[in-house]
Amino acid sequence: MGPEVVALAPHAAGLRRDEQVERWALLGLSAPALVLVLVTMIAPVAWLFGLSFLADDGSWSLEHYRRMVEQPSYARTFGVTFKVSLMTTALCILAGYPLAYVMSQLPRRVATLCMLGVLLPFWTSLLVRTYAWLVLLQRQGLINEWGMALSWWDEPLALVHNLTGTLIGMVHIMLPFLVLPVLGAMRAIDADYLKAAANLGASPSRAFWSVFFPLSFPGLLAGTLIVFILCLGFYVTPAVLGGGKVIMVSNHIANDIELFFNWGAASALGAVLLVLTLAFLLLAHRLLRLDKVLGGGHGL
Amino acid sequence: MNWLRRPASPTQITHGQRLWLYALAALVLAFLVVPTLIVIPMSFSGSQYLEFPPREWSLRWYRSYFASPAWMQATATSFQAGALTTLLATPLGTMAAYGLFVSRSRWAHVIHVLMITPIIVPVILVAIAVFYVYVKVKLVNSLAGLVLAHSMLALPLVMMMVTSALKSFDMNQEMVARSLGASRTQAFFSVTLPQIRFAVIGSALLSFLTSFDEVVLSMFVSGGSNSTLTRNMFLALRDQIDPTIAAISTLMIVVTTTLLVLSQCFGRAGGDD
Repeated sequence: MGPEVVALAPHAAGLRRDEQVERWALLGLSAPALVLVLVTMIAPVAWLFGLSFLADDGSWSLEHYRRMVEQPSYARTFGVTFKVSLMTTALCILAGYPLAYVMSQLPRRVATLCMLGVLLPFWTSLLVRTYAWLVLLQRQGLINEWGMALSWWDEPLALVHNLTGTLIGMVHIMLPFLVLPVLGAMRAIDADYLKAAANLGASPSRAFWSVFFPLSFPGLLAGTLIVFILCLGFYVTPAVLGGGKVIMVSNHIANDIELFFNWGAASALGAVLLVLTLAFLLLAHRLLRLDKVLGGGHGL
Repeated sequence: MNWLRRPASPTQITHGQRLWLYALAALVLAFLVVPTLIVIPMSFSGSQYLEFPPREWSLRWYRSYFASPAWMQATATSFQAGALTTLLATPLGTMAAYGLFVSRSRWAHVIHVLMITPIIVPVILVAIAVFYVYVKVKLVNSLAGLVLAHSMLALPLVMMMVTSALKSFDMNQEMVARSLGASRTQAFFSVTLPQIRFAVIGSALLSFLTSFDEVVLSMFVSGGSNSTLTRNMFLALRDQIDPTIAAISTLMIVVTTTLLVLSQCFGRAGGDD
């Protein structure tokens, strides 16, 4: 160690201490927000998680989880949740991918107009949209009225208060979450690749399937995962448009609390829903960068 | 019809060959837009049932809304909760975003992840957990409890918006201010904040909307004289189809659109800087 280093040492230590102090002070700026999240969210959820392992007499037990395995109503709820989530996701892909594809090739001004169309429902209250579907799909609703006036069908179709209504409402709500990331991926594709494919003799459909589609796939995967994960936790739409017939995990949890005051059952079901959601998020994180997935929904 | 035979993409497919694709895209776009907008004319219907187009126009559902003390009280609660949530979540979220962004502590990442959990955990779970705790501390049906819960939901959105604005802000400018003698606080308020103000204003509007539109938490933790608009709407929807809700929906669309246009105006001005 040379003499000049020794001479600098006390000064360097002071600087280091200053840096440490400032680092903690800056970190401290996040304290109020952190306390709010800890108190109103993390602690309550952790408490609920603990509650799910308590029997009614206060001893530790797996009773609530055992009941979940034994009672068929729980299996049915999980079945419905997966079925509705998968069908919603599939319908979103079928409707959203072509829309994004067309939007990605439109002239800038028309594309902006379409973008407003995609974002309008995204910014309208969920309840307002659910209400709109209720009005349109009911027995004397607009769709049945027009369908019968055009004699497409003779009797009012049961379009709401069942699985059909729930799916229509959920696809309507989830579609922007699929379109935005897919559109982002498509806009990033270099058109020269397609020109090259065409030049080398690929038919339009061959060029699409072997060049364009694979390049847009990461966006599609991101959109698909975010739609599926959000679907798992849906509550409002199945409650209103399902008319009590479509019971997803969230609805089951709410029923356990509102109708049966069964906190044990509700908390165990909640714990399973949380673990499922986190597992799929982890999968999404492995396959893509998570901040991209989370950022996908707020691309205004 | 020359346009039909023109190539539509670099693959040389013509517009005519993929008219079906345009039709499908137009249908999907209509599916997205029409149901929301159709509520507006229907809310002016004069008959007992919602019709489109209405056979006679009237303001009866708006009258029934404004004449109802329950709906008026719920509307007032929703606006109060929205405003207070904005006032709480925006500064807390901005402070946290700035602190975590500038501090290079290894805890910053952990705290960041903890703070975005409210948008990851299914809302029903948050709702019953908060309800459980609020019952114990007697915050159920109180405005304070509602505002705290809504602020927690809005925080991650504020943080994400402000953090992304900070990423495009050149921190050296703050360094320059400080080397010229400004304290960190002065530098933040006179140099940094003015440049990220559009993200801050945007996140304030988003906080308001988050609270104003929120249903599930409101269902569980609001009630009595502090019932929110969304809670009353949700309960009404589960029972019957009350045309008054069409009028309320229209008013909500007006509120949302106004806020959206405002945030776009700020965003546009921000883009020109």
